[in-house]
Amino acid sequence: MRNVWIIFRKELRSYFVSPIAYLLLTMFALIFGFFFWNALGYFVFMGIESQMRGQTFPMNINEQIIRPLLTNISVTGLFFIPIITMRLFAEEKRTGTIELLATSPVRDVEIILGKWLAAVALYGCMLFFTAINFAFLFRYGNPDWKPLAIGYLGLLLQAGGLLAVGTFISTLTKNQIIAGATTFGVCLLLWVVGWVGGYETATWAVVLSYMSVITHFESFARGVINSKDAVFYLTLIFLGLFFTTRSMESLRWRS
Amino acid sequence: MIQVKELTKRYAHTTAVDHISFEVQKGEIVGFLGPNGAGKTTTMRMLTCFLPPSSGTARVADFDVLEQPLEVKKRIGYLPETPPLYPEMDTAEYLTFVGRLKGLSGDELRRRVDFVCERCAIADVKKKILGKLSKGYRQRVGLAQAIIHNPAVLILDEPTAGLDPKQINETRDLIKSLAGDHTIILSTHILPEVEQTCQKVIIINRGKLVATDSVHNLQSRARGAETLLVEIASRNGSLDVEKAQQRLRQVSGVGSVAFKENCGSGSIFEIESAAGFVRGDVARAVVQAGWELNELRPAAMSLEEIFLQLTEADAPPPPPELEEVMAGEPKK
Repeated sequence: MRNVWIIFRKELRSYFVSPIAYLLLTMFALIFGFFFWNALGYFVFMGIESQMRGQTFPMNINEQIIRPLLTNISVTGLFFIPIITMRLFAEEKRTGTIELLATSPVRDVEIILGKWLAAVALYGCMLFFTAINFAFLFRYGNPDWKPLAIGYLGLLLQAGGLLAVGTFISTLTKNQIIAGATTFGVCLLLWVVGWVGGYETATWAVVLSYMSVITHFESFARGVINSKDAVFYLTLIFLGLFFTTRSMESLRWRS
Repeated sequence: MIQVKELTKRYAHTTAVDHISFEVQKGEIVGFLGPNGAGKTTTMRMLTCFLPPSSGTARVADFDVLEQPLEVKKRIGYLPETPPLYPEMDTAEYLTFVGRLKGLSGDELRRRVDFVCERCAIADVKKKILGKLSKGYRQRVGLAQAIIHNPAVLILDEPTAGLDPKQINETRDLIKSLAGDHTIILSTHILPEVEQTCQKVIIINRGKLVATDSVHNLQSRARGAETLLVEIASRNGSLDVEKAQQRLRQVSGVGSVAFKENCGSGSIFEIESAAGFVRGDVARAVVQAGWELNELRPAAMSLEEIFLQLTEADAPPPPPELEEVMAGEPKK
């Protein structure tokens, strides 16, 4: 555990001494800020519209602002995750520092967990900036906080899974760009495979749409913890990290 | 301290290390010598548990590298060919990180960081970013990293590669000064380095062990009898070369004397002893004859020659086309 903490601190620090962390935080905050402003504008427009027509539409902050925004974060995250994970192992392999880690009295699992947790923590920082926006809703409105908390839990689980996959891909190459591009491709694929579920009901389509990381987020966005979806994300995390340990071991046998 | 038995590393198409066996005693500095691609780095990586051997065993500090890698790793300090530095960290921070990885903490960690900075003469760059250090400093930080947890065994892969002559000397002195407390294996393809720093040499070529012996033994083994180069002052040809040769031959123990050349200040003779050391007698004979002795030195075979002798012995004969070219006219 102590070793995981040592690696975690080192990784998190190296995110924040390089421009990567600040770049990611800024871009993410900007993009989400736009989403938020947009969603709020639409909500206000709908409110005025309903008053002018003299009818009262059911207006609900949770359903009309928080839920779509959470889904937006989950999709936007797909584009940022490769940038977080691409350097994790590829950089160590390129500079040769992997030899230091691998010849220190530390287990592979501890190295991997430390790095992955640092990636999750950075994503957590990015989520924190979005939470600032939501805080305004509580200041001026009266939304239910539970669905929001569950939504964030879902976001962390989803990102945890994809970050684990990205960590694995980063062990396969010395080249950060290749690691990043591959992870990006895999993230997008894991999103779009769900689209077949919209029109096809054959078994393969069901399997494909089950694999979609975004489909599994829908229940979390509604504020419901569905054990099926939670298990999917936890499995993704476990598999990603498991393959990373295998890959690290095979590094030694191949190199 | 280190026992290696029949250690082998095979890749898909090549055998990088081929049944190597050797032992290193506590406190020894051992030079691992071989041309580039001989299998030095692979062997070292197996000793540090970075690579698992294909067959054979290696024990470091009485722990098997395959069965108890964590115990081995606790007891070794390793400097790979390129020092494993994180360019964005500063020196003190980096050493603290490595120290923690190796299991140090608290006061002890702080003391060790200060100690290795002092020892490796890097205290003046403690707050500098590693990415901006010169090659010499990077190498020394690499060395500091290797000794931070005071390991029983130090494994250094080409510790002087890429340094300028002054830095090379400093690094060698540093390594020599570490010898008392640590058992050291260092690899190199530079021969004088082994002559100057190591007590024992392990020569490998193409993955195979060629020789393992002390530096002194290797030299005398290749040399056999003593060969001396003697220069006797001769101003404007005042020295009678014939007479000098005769006089030198009469010295007891001298086998043969050959006149080599006249240089600016005198004439040089090459003397081979029939057996044992004769340099004292030769010097006395020259002075008694009333000549001036400018220089007398043993023509010790350098490790370079020994190395070539040993590694060329099992090299395949040159291909026939090459022989023809060397013989001059191609046969028709």
